[in-house]
Amino acid sequence: MIIKKSELNAVLDKLLAGYQVYAPVKEGNYAVFKQIANGGQAYLGYSNSKIPPKGILFPQSEKLYSYSVTAEGARVEEHIDGSKKVVFGIRPCDAKSITLLDFVFNNDKYTDPYYMTRRNNTVLVGLGCNQPAPTCFCTSMQSGPFASEGMDVMLVDIGEGYVAQALTDKGKELLAGLGLPEASADDQKAAEDVKAAAVVSCQVNTEGLKAKLDAGFDDPVWNRIYEKCLGCAACTYLCPTCHCFDIVDDAVDCNGCRVRNWDACMFPLFTLHGSGHNPRPSGKERWRQRVMHKFKYFVDNFNATACVGCGRCIKNCPVNLDIREVLADILGSEARLDK
Amino acid sequence: MQRNPYLPLPMKLVKNFTETSDKLIHTFTLQFLSEEDEKSFPYMPGQFAEVCVFGKGEAPFGIASSPTEPGFLKFSVAKVGVVSTALHLMEEGTIVGVRGPLGNYYPVEQMKGKNIVIIGGGFAFTTLRALATYILDPKHRGDYGNLMVIYGARNPGLLLYKDELAEWEKRSDIDLVCTIDRPVEGWTGRTGFIPAVTKEVSPSSENAVAIVCGPPVMIKFTLPVLEECGFKPEQIIMSLENRMKCGIGMCGRCNVGNKYVCKDGPVFTKAELNQLPNEY
Ligand SMILES: Cc1cc2nc3c(=O)[nH]c(=O)nc-3n(C[C@H](O)[C@H](O)[C@H](O)COP(=O)(O)OP(=O)(O)OC[C@H]3O[C@@H](n4cnc5c(N)ncnc54)[C@H](O)[C@@H]3O)c2cc1C
Ligand code: SF4
Ligand code: SF4
Ligand code: FES
Repeated sequence: MIIKKSELNAVLDKLLAGYQVYAPVKEGNYAVFKQIANGGQAYLGYSNSKIPPKGILFPQSEKLYSYSVTAEGARVEEHIDGSKKVVFGIRPCDAKSITLLDFVFNNDKYTDPYYMTRRNNTVLVGLGCNQPAPTCFCTSMQSGPFASEGMDVMLVDIGEGYVAQALTDKGKELLAGLGLPEASADDQKAAEDVKAAAVVSCQVNTEGLKAKLDAGFDDPVWNRIYEKCLGCAACTYLCPTCHCFDIVDDAVDCNGCRVRNWDACMFPLFTLHGSGHNPRPSGKERWRQRVMHKFKYFVDNFNATACVGCGRCIKNCPVNLDIREVLADILGSEARLDK
Repeated sequence: MQRNPYLPLPMKLVKNFTETSDKLIHTFTLQFLSEEDEKSFPYMPGQFAEVCVFGKGEAPFGIASSPTEPGFLKFSVAKVGVVSTALHLMEEGTIVGVRGPLGNYYPVEQMKGKNIVIIGGGFAFTTLRALATYILDPKHRGDYGNLMVIYGARNPGLLLYKDELAEWEKRSDIDLVCTIDRPVEGWTGRTGFIPAVTKEVSPSSENAVAIVCGPPVMIKFTLPVLEECGFKPEQIIMSLENRMKCGIGMCGRCNVGNKYVCKDGPVFTKAELNQLPNEY
């Protein structure tokens, strides 16, 4: 099927009748995913959003339940968001990151009803990347500019329009409701050409990385990697796969609510015990945890790397700590970063 | 979808007992509000729960009562921060929330037919009390061999559950070895640090399991003693206490290597811990 660019706004408006629609919206020099009120707000000419869309399913701050306590008991009311949503224009790396969050929030023992309810009610309409950014290294992280993992619909920008392909039942249902024209053979061909032309220029060597990390908890490399890190956690807040959180109360007397907020392993208090003991006392242990979690522990547990190569941590680190270089460093000097 | 694991079960605090002479540890008895609530909370010795003080937050505590003591839960809590202090100040009759039971438990099934050595230091004795109580219950006592409990604190006033210790002292089916760090007036029992005392009483490793809980230094010096006694890493069981929030493997806080202490633990054998990085 095809969505002509001239008809994009109308298509989005149609979606708005049945769904909450989230799309990239231009803010200054960058794009951010926001809930839109009309099709005209969407801005698809972006390379990637500054903040990952993970917050649509896992908000930065979220009320879990409210309560009121009396002498006899407590009334607890959970706040589960069951609204139907569409994320329109999500990039392949970010769509993949959601499949990784699924492992966490639906683990071998527990299901997180907040995330999973939203997840089950959300349709992901992905947009392939014609022009990946210089910080992108998705092809080294089991993704790619036209990878479709996690998407329900994939869009390919062929200039005057988007060729749309449904990938799941959810996607089929969504497209069916839009009454779009079929893509012609020429359109299909154009889409194939665009896919073939996209190049991710940066490749990161990951050969032997897992083996190196399996044996490398005490590797001297950790003694220097973290040195210039400020512990600001921009890298983790902006990472589409990071999922750590804190739980706090927001209350006046006996009436209040319990809220969860994003948190990060780069903060010193994250693992500090009540006794004063801290298993990760310095930046060294915290950087090791960040790398190990993404490239070893996640692989051990879910057979997937918890990095999709979106490059946000590279672009936004105030001291230019570059995870690609860190990985090369861990692998040793023979593994160069090809730019 | 299963029950929402974030929702607390309201319970009534029926007893707020000052456990230690320094008043820093209180033991709380929480009563289930209904039989149905109690059924929804089937737990085993070694598990923990997130106790929530509405308006202040939640914190994880080991369950000090045993499932063989129906109707209530017990927690012994050290006053260190926001939630623990709020609990200490709480009046009897107040409603608190409990989320759980969380984590795995002492492998009571695999321990059947074995001699049991429980070694606890300081106020980490909570879930060890639960385990000893479980084993001592007439329904279970026959399933296990000898039960030895080595328990120490800095001074007599800091020992938890003094009434029970006195009772255990009188029983013939438990061998209780209590110790305090240094001699003080009025204490006629043993003195000395737990590792040294363990060496003195030298429990046999023959068909035995040792369950060890305590501050990191105590553990560090007790493990070699157990090894000297012939305990293999598979025969030593420990309970970890990494900082926790969610208790269900999602908030990403409590991992040691690829294991989440909250979900895959807190109980691990030494053999399992030997496979993990030393980050706890
Ligand atoms: C499985 C498990 C079982 C446990 N069982 C028990 C038990 O049976 N009994 C018991 O007493 N405890 C137990 N604990 C420990 C207990 O969970 C903590 O002591 C508790 O979380 C403290 O909660 P709080 O809200 O009172 O402290 P908080 O207010 O959270 O204060 C403690 C934490 O806050 C931060 N903090 C506070 N003040 C400072 C400061 N000045 N500087 C820096 N950081 C600070 C630190 O991160 C510190 O770790 C257990 C823990 C686990 C994981
Ligand atoms: S963004 Fe950079 S400085 Fe900040 S925590 Fe991450 S690595 Fe450290
Ligand atoms: S680690 Fe960096 S590059 Fe990888 S997914 Fe996270 S933000 Fe993107
Ligand atoms: S407490 Fe959240 S992951 Fe263990």
